[in-house]
Amino acid sequence: MLELRALSAGYGRAQILFELSLEAKPGEVVVLLGRNGAGKSTTLKTVMGLLRTRAGEVRFDGQRIDRLPPYRIARLGLGYVPEDRRIFTDLSVMENLEVGRQEPRAGAPHWTPERLFALFPNLGRMPERLGGRMSGGEQQMLTIARTLMGNPRAVLLDEPSEGLAPVIVDQMAQTILALKKEGLCVLLCEQNLRFAHLVGDRAYVVEKGHVRYAGTMAELEKNDAVREQYLSV
Amino acid sequence: MTVLAVRALSKAFGGVQAVRQVSFTIAAGELLALIGPNGAGKTTCFNLVNGQLPPDAGEVEFLGESLLGLAPRKIWRRGVGRTFQITATFASMTVRENVQMALLSHHRRLASVFSLARRQHVDEADALLARVHMRDQADRPCAVLAYGDLKRVELAVALAHQPRLLLMDEPTAGMAPAERSDLMQLAADLARGSGIAVLFTEHDMDVVFRHADRIAVLSGGELIANGSPQEVRADAAVREVYLGSYA
Amino acid sequence: MTYSSVLIQFLNGLAGASTLFLVAAGLSLIFGVTRIINFAHGSLYMLGMYVAVWAAEPLGFWWSVPIAALAVAVFGAGVEIALLRRIYGAPELLQLLATFALVLIVKDFTLWQWGPEDMLGPRAPGFSGAVEIAGRPFPEYELFLIGFGPLVLGALWLLLTRTRWGTLVRAATQDREMAGALGVNQKWLFTGVFALGALLAGLGGALQIPREPATLLIDLSVVSDAFVVVVVGGLGSIGGAFVAALLIAEIKAFCIGLGFSQLTLVVEFIVMAVVLVLRPWGLLGRVPAPARGAGGAEPPLEAPSPAAIGALLALCGALALVPALSAGYTLVLLTDVLVFALFAVSLHFIMGPAGLHSFGHAAYFGLGAYGAGLLLVRGGLPMELSLLLGPLAGGLGAVLFGWFCVRLSGVYLAMLTLAFAQIAWSVVFQWDAFTGGSNGLIGIWPAPWLSSKTAYYYVTLALSAGGVALLWRALYSPFGYALRAGRDSPLRADAIGIDVRGLQWAAFSLAGLFAGVAGALYAFSKGSISPESLSVPRSVDGLVMVLLGGIQTLTGPLWGAALFTWLQDAVARGIDYWRAVIGGVVLLLVLAFPQGLTGFLRRRSAA
Repeated sequence: MLELRALSAGYGRAQILFELSLEAKPGEVVVLLGRNGAGKSTTLKTVMGLLRTRAGEVRFDGQRIDRLPPYRIARLGLGYVPEDRRIFTDLSVMENLEVGRQEPRAGAPHWTPERLFALFPNLGRMPERLGGRMSGGEQQMLTIARTLMGNPRAVLLDEPSEGLAPVIVDQMAQTILALKKEGLCVLLCEQNLRFAHLVGDRAYVVEKGHVRYAGTMAELEKNDAVREQYLSV
Repeated sequence: MTVLAVRALSKAFGGVQAVRQVSFTIAAGELLALIGPNGAGKTTCFNLVNGQLPPDAGEVEFLGESLLGLAPRKIWRRGVGRTFQITATFASMTVRENVQMALLSHHRRLASVFSLARRQHVDEADALLARVHMRDQADRPCAVLAYGDLKRVELAVALAHQPRLLLMDEPTAGMAPAERSDLMQLAADLARGSGIAVLFTEHDMDVVFRHADRIAVLSGGELIANGSPQEVRADAAVREVYLGSYA
Repeated sequence: MTYSSVLIQFLNGLAGASTLFLVAAGLSLIFGVTRIINFAHGSLYMLGMYVAVWAAEPLGFWWSVPIAALAVAVFGAGVEIALLRRIYGAPELLQLLATFALVLIVKDFTLWQWGPEDMLGPRAPGFSGAVEIAGRPFPEYELFLIGFGPLVLGALWLLLTRTRWGTLVRAATQDREMAGALGVNQKWLFTGVFALGALLAGLGGALQIPREPATLLIDLSVVSDAFVVVVVGGLGSIGGAFVAALLIAEIKAFCIGLGFSQLTLVVEFIVMAVVLVLRPWGLLGRVPAPARGAGGAEPPLEAPSPAAIGALLALCGALALVPALSAGYTLVLLTDVLVFALFAVSLHFIMGPAGLHSFGHAAYFGLGAYGAGLLLVRGGLPMELSLLLGPLAGGLGAVLFGWFCVRLSGVYLAMLTLAFAQIAWSVVFQWDAFTGGSNGLIGIWPAPWLSSKTAYYYVTLALSAGGVALLWRALYSPFGYALRAGRDSPLRADAIGIDVRGLQWAAFSLAGLFAGVAGALYAFSKGSISPESLSVPRSVDGLVMVLLGGIQTLTGPLWGAALFTWLQDAVARGIDYWRAVIGGVVLLLVLAFPQGLTGFLRRRSAA
């Protein structure tokens, strides 16, 4: 569904990603693990077109998307949830969802505000609340709901557990598993290994813009050498 | 000796009570962690202490004198240092120059128009950088430093005027787990060695439970627990609203 | 003042508020989404006026209004597609400069198309009479305008809150990148918003033609009024624009009604001052969120190498030798270059290291010039004393205006400095008895011993080089470092006890003083001064010099001043529409060298 081949990217003169390759299938949760600054967020931003691809290619459902602007990528059915949430704070919950709305898409679950409120009961209780007046956990739910309104076939999640209280993190894991059940392809980056184990099927360990390890989550759990060297646990 | 005493601090935003009747004290050389769920009032509480927000009621006393109504820079002059959640350094300057700025300000030399800034307080700056293990990078521009190193520069800057109280907002945010503990250990050693009281907010419970002397837990704007790490971990209310499966 | 005249003035104010609101609302909308302050917004208004007058002749007034509004909207869309799309990623300053280049081009286009004479429009059929209100006649058309403003406000509100397009606009206003990542095509959204803003400006202009003639001076006066409205009301707030437009228009109406039209500016200034002190982001504005993904760090300030210092000393030496080799026009041109070099360096002092982007620096240049001229002509002081004391007027002006300016930052600061400069210009322009009004002052010649071109050249060289050296030296002092600290991280600077605002105020005043020195030198080199010396275009000249040379380098302003002064001299002598040429050159430079010339050359040599 999503395939990165020898992807290179960076900011200004600094190159962050070096020929990074990975893939993710429908109904699969793939976790990018690595230290801060390893290039995890950069990978997601580059896939989404927010950062220019310098070399290599990104394919989504077989189609090359590495030269497309973000809005075209989003309209192909790839959703992006940024690390810092980026809720439209002046807009209400309903309006935030409206911004994300796209036409129903064949082969992808069709989301409506009603269905999303079933998934995130908190949001259903405050449809007119302004984004800026919500707690961090509620904002995190809203940013995911907003992306789902585009009826994506795959979603990129940038550190969904960052800055959340442990009890909210547990909820977040449930949400991601629910998306997987709907057949979505989920690519997420994490520093929180515990969280990654809760949701992930496969993992790529990234360091300095290179993939250092690829395997199933279960294999990674047993591989103390990799965990120690790249994840400092 | 009590360095900071917060008494019955309250603050509301547009009808929402963000902080309600919060009181705590910190002694010299003691590290107090302020934790709680998002929206519990940690940041508000923190900003009430550092002067960025005025409280609706209550008192913030530093070494027996009220800090209320003072601008952040006046609070700094009284002897309160701080670091930011997202590091704030002077990116167009070198590491040493960053520390020199704090020293120039401390020695009230900022209005000088004719002396050369680069030549002022060099030894003092280097001594501070040595304390945070950044002496060898003194001539590098801050713009090119690794994130963890920037955090240490901030620490040196915060220590430049020999503060009695250090406020650290999410000191380890954005760092890798191993670096986090190193930084906090460094801060703790410096504070304990010089008898500096430290108030910090933190999301990483490993850091909190390893380094804090005491933990204050906020929920819904109220202080629901304040005690040693063991006491807080055992507290049923804290488990329910915050720690969840962590404890 | 009787009850009925109060009422009439109040109604006059309401009518004036409507057009002002249309312009300010468009400005605010465009800024909200594109983050560009459209300096050419007054020019769009002016175009609306001219097109309407022109179209009203064959078609009648009521057809001319929508035609003018649509024509301006189409023009706006064209500008957005052809120009702005290419510079959304460029530094803020260059964007402002590009829209200012448009001001010059539109002005010369209008001059070429419709000539220099004011053009009177027709009355509005159906609203050409007057009704009696409180025993006095009141024009029907004014009543129409009074109703029209709130109507537009309501329509905009519905558009923004009740349509999907409006929701997307508000989302993009907050975070356009995120809106894009959610599938919103920003390109057309931006074009649409810009066209809408242009439409409002064109509409405002067209509706104004029964009230006043179309003139070539209206662009800057309207845009600076709109800036005042937007600063007072709060940038990005349509409701704030409405309230502020009412406030400003009422003040104008009452000052004119009371027969103190000169007071208007002073009262406007006081209102703006009070609002800014009480609510720095405007009546209904909010604290702007820090810019997302703001550009990279400012470059370090490296200590000058002995070689560089030697080169600069050699340059001074070479300049001192010029009179021995050449006289006449070269010396006059070089004197100008030296004057503007000091002016540009003083502007760079606050723009670069202090990060204060002033769009009204000519105010202090002009105040210095007028200070010197007035001391000589009206005060009867000797020339030498006038030259030394005159710049204090620039310094004091900067002390007064700077106190307000340093409370703001970014584009707010740019707008406020421009509005202050326009106020200073208006005062000088209107105060015939003291400043000589539009004619200016004449007979400002140097003392006999300095009257030769060579002698005056040496005075200029000494004062300019001395001023530049002092300003540069200050940058390496703790004061200069503290300025950069305040620019790099206001948060951190405040947290280590640096009084950022106080230092910026001092820097602003110092820069004003040295701009004043340049102005005083300029006055005596020309023998006369006119209000042009503190006009907004002169401010922009300074900006072009700084940006041409590259704001990130210390010596850039010197080369920028030399190149620009020479260019302007060469072009203005040979071409009628020199403003458009300068505008075109500026546009090309912005599109081709977003880092300035020095930055470009440096990068070339580094590559």
